[in-house]
Amino acid sequence: MNSYETVFILTPVLSEEQAKEAVQAFESEVKALKGKVSHSESWGLRKLAYPIQKKSTGFYFLTEFQAPGSAIGELEVMFKRDERVMRFLTVKMDKDHLAYAETRRARLGAKKKPAAEAEA
Amino acid sequence: MAQNDIRYLTPINIEIKKEKYCRFKKNGMKFLDFKDADYLLKLVNEQGKILPRRITGTSAKYQKRVNKAIKRARHLALMPYVADMLK
Repeated sequence: MNSYETVFILTPVLSEEQAKEAVQAFESEVKALKGKVSHSESWGLRKLAYPIQKKSTGFYFLTEFQAPGSAIGELEVMFKRDERVMRFLTVKMDKDHLAYAETRRARLGAKKKPAAEAEA
Repeated sequence: MAQNDIRYLTPINIEIKKEKYCRFKKNGMKFLDFKDADYLLKLVNEQGKILPRRITGTSAKYQKRVNKAIKRARHLALMPYVADMLK
């Protein structure tokens, strides 16, 4: 089992509900591939630095999960087939990255605790 | 008579070389986050190009990480590939 971090961008044409559905689909896929989602985060609708598919905004989602290495290929294929996903990036987390993610989460948690609780 | 006795009205500026240092080594930063575009913006010029080691003083080890992080941020449209008047 390795730790991975995925950031993906969904098209802004989706409604909030549809976006949530897409995220849930991804998380259940991780679980189906014997993985475990440890943290997920929504950055909301953000402006892109340059247009992608002629769109200038997108829904950003960040997910940290543990999964066997063989699962990554399948997840990436899923992203490629999914028309809702404009961009994605999966990165394997080494120990420095894990430590950083820990502090980052603590920092974000301290900043907006009520929001995090509402999400949970 | 001293012919090559040049005198200046104001003392000429002799540039004192400031010692460069690697900011990541100094701060003990081990990991550079590609999600933190605001921080990475410090390491590019106003066209969005990555600043060379020659200018920032970053050590080779960390420059590799800087490059990787910036390229990842670009892929995710957190930073531009090309820009103008970024700063």
